[in-house]
Amino acid sequence: MTPLLSVQDIQKTYGARIGCTDVSFDLYPGEVMGIVGESGSGKSTLLNCLAGHLEPDGGRVIFDTRTDGPVDTLTMSEPERRMLGRTDWAFVHQHARDGLRMSVSAGGNIGERLMAVGDRHYGAIRDKAIDWLGRVEISETRVDDRPTAFSGGMQQRLQIARNLVTGPRLVFMDEPTGGLDVSVQARLLDLLRGLVREMGLSAIIVTHDLAVVRLLADRLMVMKDGCVVEAGLTDQVLDDPQHAYTQLLVSSVLQV
Amino acid sequence: MNEYNFAYLDEQTKRMIRRAILKGLAVPGYQVPFASREMPMPYGWGTGGVQVSAATLTPDDTFKVIDQGADDTTNAVSIRKFFENTAGVETTEETEKATVIQTRHRIPEVKLREDQIIVYQVPIPEPLRFLEPRETETRKMHSLEEYGLMHVKLYEDISQHGAISTAYAYPVKVSGRYVMDPSPIPKFDNPKLEMDAIQLFGAGREQRIYAVPPHTQVVSLDFEDYPFEATKADHPCDLCGAEDSYLDEVIMDDAGNRMFVCSDTDYCRSRRAAGHLGRLAEEDAA
Repeated sequence: MTPLLSVQDIQKTYGARIGCTDVSFDLYPGEVMGIVGESGSGKSTLLNCLAGHLEPDGGRVIFDTRTDGPVDTLTMSEPERRMLGRTDWAFVHQHARDGLRMSVSAGGNIGERLMAVGDRHYGAIRDKAIDWLGRVEISETRVDDRPTAFSGGMQQRLQIARNLVTGPRLVFMDEPTGGLDVSVQARLLDLLRGLVREMGLSAIIVTHDLAVVRLLADRLMVMKDGCVVEAGLTDQVLDDPQHAYTQLLVSSVLQV
Repeated sequence: MNEYNFAYLDEQTKRMIRRAILKGLAVPGYQVPFASREMPMPYGWGTGGVQVSAATLTPDDTFKVIDQGADDTTNAVSIRKFFENTAGVETTEETEKATVIQTRHRIPEVKLREDQIIVYQVPIPEPLRFLEPRETETRKMHSLEEYGLMHVKLYEDISQHGAISTAYAYPVKVSGRYVMDPSPIPKFDNPKLEMDAIQLFGAGREQRIYAVPPHTQVVSLDFEDYPFEATKADHPCDLCGAEDSYLDEVIMDDAGNRMFVCSDTDYCRSRRAAGHLGRLAEEDAA
């Protein structure tokens, strides 16, 4: 089986400081990979390198495209990469405001990707937008409201709908539940888990919340100081941590 | 005449502007940056159009200026006088006689010919500006032909107003490539953008020139189920009776009386001279 995404020796430095270094892994279709680590451990740098937002200093990110098979996304032309970013890839930002157009209605936000890939039928776009609002549990009556009128949890769900509407195969998520209260987090996680299973998505989730990866991720990578210190099946890593830092991380979780 | 160089600008500047114009004509709809000069009038009064006109005029030209369709409003009178003084060219109010027409907000009702040039004054040349504030990003969107965002604006129009409510500066796609702001002309004028004359667009403050060569395809953006419509007030002109021209609504008194008149004053005048009369024509004469 060809991996959907094959990451080889990704490295990114900011001057003398290391962003992330020597990261390699394969992600197979339908698999969810979690990346955990403390603040400043290079999680977001890694994610941005993979998603094409940052240019890594070295390494390869090979994506199995629908038409041409495995292609190194770092060497493909910018129009191709941006096209990938609108169709087969999705990026869910930590802050919904970074991923949404706050001055455009919810329907317009969801429709943007459809229009960007050439959809030109208003009725069809609107129907799809309403369908997706329903899937992320936002009432149809809010379709013409702006995201500024939405709560934090709703904004985050809207961002997810906006990203998944073109049926991507790979979703990058940067702390999707950060900044939400626990009950809203739980609903969002429930929703995400449902969507991931239902659509057969592959996802890479960056978070510092171990509960999130326990719930969503099949596999887990633990990062510290820009390096991957431990990787494996989620349950295996969390229940039997080998590396000293992972042990610290697991034991730091507060038990209620 | 006087101590100004012909048409106010120095020859080097005109050369620079002509180069930008030629580049604009070669790449229809592409915004060519140029080193816009300070002009003896405020930004927003047509400094871009004036510079393009100055670079285009020759001593044999006949010059006409339109402001919102009219020849006799402040802006039109001032710019016409400016070129009378600095270039000494002949000026006219008649569209047929003009060889260079500078315009703000309208395209003349009379079909333009191949030997004419129309120069538009443009406030904001970037059609994507109000959707994407970053210039670096809009440039990239143009170069990669990523115009989905333009339709997001039209989508918002329909979702809020039930129809595409953009009535002026209606975005068009030129020659199947660049999305262009046709300057704030009413969308009634959009179909006329495919014409025989050369169209030049100058934005002074934003320092951009772009152009549409004659006989170039210009398509107004729309949705399949909400097609583009060139709209006007559903009324004939009250002075000349024309039913095919773009109309201004004029409030007559505080009792709700109003009249509709052609916004193109030259068109209206020539029709009345030819004997066409509208509903209020006699009162106007009296």
